[in-house]
Amino acid sequence: MSNHLLNLNLRVWRQSGPNDGGSFKTYQLSGVSTHMSFLEMLDVLNEQLIAQGEEPVAFDHDCREGICGMCSLMINGQAHGPDNATTTCQLHMRRFNDGDTVTIEPWRASAFPVLRDLVVDRSAFDRIIAAGGFVSVNTGNAPDGNSILVPGVRQEVAMDAAACIGCGACVAACKNASAMLFVSAKVSQLAVLPQGHPERNARVLNMVAQMDKEGFGSCTNTSECEAACPAEVSVSHIARLNREYLRASILAEN
Amino acid sequence: MVRVASDTLNSRVPDGPLQQKWDKHRFDLKLVNPANKRKFTVIVVGTGLAGGSAAASMAELGYNVKAFCFQDSPRRAHSIAAQGGINAAKNYQNDGDSVWRLFYDTLKGGDYRAREANVHRLAQVSTSIIDQCVSQGVPFAREYGGTLANRSFGGAQVSRTFYCRGQTGQQLLLGAYQAMMRQVGTGKVKLFARREMLELIVVDGLARGVVVRNLTTGQLETHTADAVVLCTGGYGNVYYLSTMAKGCNVTAAWRCARKGALFANPCYTQIHPTCIPVSGDYQSKLTLMSESLRNDGRVWVPLAKGDKRSPDQIPDAERDYYLERRYPSFGNLAPRDISSRAAKERCDAGNGVGDSGLAVFLDFRDAIKRDGEDVIRKKYGNLFHMYNKITAEDPYKQPMRIFPAVHYTMGGLWVDYNLMSNVPGLYVLGEANFSDHGANRLGASALMQGLSDGYFVLPYTIGDHLATSKLDKIRDDHPACMQAMQEAQNRINKLIAVQGKRSVDSFHRELGLLLWDKCGMARSRKGLTEAIDRIRGLRDEYWRDVRVLGSGTTLNQSLEKAGRVADFMEFAELLATDALHREESCGGHFREEYQTEEGEAARNDADFSYVGAWEYRGTEQEPVLHKEPLVFENVKPSTRSYK
Repeated sequence: MSNHLLNLNLRVWRQSGPNDGGSFKTYQLSGVSTHMSFLEMLDVLNEQLIAQGEEPVAFDHDCREGICGMCSLMINGQAHGPDNATTTCQLHMRRFNDGDTVTIEPWRASAFPVLRDLVVDRSAFDRIIAAGGFVSVNTGNAPDGNSILVPGVRQEVAMDAAACIGCGACVAACKNASAMLFVSAKVSQLAVLPQGHPERNARVLNMVAQMDKEGFGSCTNTSECEAACPAEVSVSHIARLNREYLRASILAEN
Repeated sequence: MVRVASDTLNSRVPDGPLQQKWDKHRFDLKLVNPANKRKFTVIVVGTGLAGGSAAASMAELGYNVKAFCFQDSPRRAHSIAAQGGINAAKNYQNDGDSVWRLFYDTLKGGDYRAREANVHRLAQVSTSIIDQCVSQGVPFAREYGGTLANRSFGGAQVSRTFYCRGQTGQQLLLGAYQAMMRQVGTGKVKLFARREMLELIVVDGLARGVVVRNLTTGQLETHTADAVVLCTGGYGNVYYLSTMAKGCNVTAAWRCARKGALFANPCYTQIHPTCIPVSGDYQSKLTLMSESLRNDGRVWVPLAKGDKRSPDQIPDAERDYYLERRYPSFGNLAPRDISSRAAKERCDAGNGVGDSGLAVFLDFRDAIKRDGEDVIRKKYGNLFHMYNKITAEDPYKQPMRIFPAVHYTMGGLWVDYNLMSNVPGLYVLGEANFSDHGANRLGASALMQGLSDGYFVLPYTIGDHLATSKLDKIRDDHPACMQAMQEAQNRINKLIAVQGKRSVDSFHRELGLLLWDKCGMARSRKGLTEAIDRIRGLRDEYWRDVRVLGSGTTLNQSLEKAGRVADFMEFAELLATDALHREESCGGHFREEYQTEEGEAARNDADFSYVGAWEYRGTEQEPVLHKEPLVFENVKPSTRSYK
């Protein structure tokens, strides 16, 4: 792939802190190589800002290879930008054209308050996992790995769900700011595996209760979450969560 | 001349036959009774495989745990990016594996520069790790009948690697994270995310707490405890470009080194052979393509120098499958250090491919022909997807272009058999310590070590310290706490006060490039001497001319980076000093002056069969070398051959 240089017009959300109102600020950036990743483009913008004496744009990122789930960004209104199955850090500038205006915002959801510029607080996700997204097995208690047989097909379903990177794009993409795809991914993974069965009922009830408590919206099955998900987690897991929830509510013995 | 301490380090390896050392030691360690455990608080810094598993396991035992990470969630730690798998001596494949073979392979893979007893313990507990993770619901790959699947990895001739597609690190980390979050729910673990450790608090010679910066508010916080467990990963980002996450840094470990903890073998850095090549000077990090790909991919370059034909136009007879040629018995699965050097050798000779000539092909043509595209997609789909995202090339249709990149650091803080540093009460786990991989780590061993340390070693050994030490309650206004807090604050003030012209990143890039050139895949006396000189100059310039905008009392990512790069500037000199003093080639440390006629590493067991642990004496002072002689009672060090 040959290298081209782009001139871009960037509209970036700037917000000095959690209590600031925030606003868009426009920056011109020239000579952006199409081989750059989106975050490398922001690195270049920040170098330019530092040279001009303006504080750089704060944004979350870490692994820059699409697995840690720390990067975020609404890019032209799309969570993680225009590509399917792609985190912002894997998005490359070859996806953009010379002269484009690119609007960059943080995740927007009341359960994800903005901390600064493009950085939001996603600790609600951790609290949902703490409410039940685990198997209660203390270190040292485990039987031999092969004493728990898991059919290959079932294992694949569990792995599809477990692939969730916890980035929050599902919430950002949803008009209701619902966290159902995130919650269902963990519920589903542990519901299809035998290891998860003893706590199956309590898990789904507790995780959904915590999700509601955190202020996420309700799911209205528009599937925007699935479209935005960089790990391609399917809404079929939401369907399984609903079944699990119904089952647990009826049985309700634990 | 290196200043060498007169005493040798005591590794506290227990006596007795190798196979019985750990069992015997566990019996000899003092216990804390269940009712007393709740009286102790332990700080765990870092929440990757080592930290997450340690925090969960200690909380399960009844200790109070405070866990810290600089990311927004403990689930983001860079263990998550490990792709290929985790080794365990289960011998499920009936192919001749055993604890002894895993021990032997790992010790040999490390070029006989690791501590024998630690490596054996690692191999022993490897099987329990798999059991534990399966019970947690980690979705390991399975055969159709439901049993666990395995694949082979570099440096081994058996299939002992367990995996979750190309996301093994992610799934193991989420297992540990979930176990830890369960304890957060019970209140036994208190979680502090977006906190960065800036100082170690030492009281009466014992590690008793940390000073951290709340990265959201800028506030400095003091946290005291009865022991501190450092699980803060490796220092590969000293090279700027590496496969590590952007936030990975040496600060926590280096702050401990400045408080007296010895830093061992910093020159043992792993350059991974299969990474996506650099594309431009804006490059911010390098992406690994898992070693597991070498199970099915064949590495080659054109036989003719400067052959610019498209790879599908180059017939087999004009290709050089150099790993298969040089190492016929291990072939494409030769260990990482050897494969990396072989790639460098071909590129230096002018046979490299791509625009820069700094790449070789990793080709799946034959595997796709043999097994079909669907089989390859099932095994490596996410890796091929990742490659395509970054390069816009389709590896199902054309070979990947790969080149070695900094990936892992075998060196780290010195620890004894209990994983305790020479500062009592300071434990160091996972990649942050030095103990198990010697001079080169085999694939699928990092996950094994992190989880071994956290699930199955520390929970036993820390009790001995807590049961036998005098641990009075420390208040936040103790002079040692106040002093540590003041030191952290002074540093922040000093960085902001420079008000220079150059960004932190520009300094970091310059430092990284210098180290890569002079202290990367090949090192020499001349290059290292020059590097040390230039690092000192760059460090001076840094403190004169770095520009950190904004204040210390808000979320300020420039300031975070500035502190980390300041520590890299000091640490880089130690790394180069260690590389200069080690006048031999071993594992990832290749000195051009010390090689065989075939260009293989020439190890010098007579003079260098020891762990080199450095004592910090001040930034402008020469460090002092402490030696721990390596004793091999069970395996006789031999010339490492994969031919």
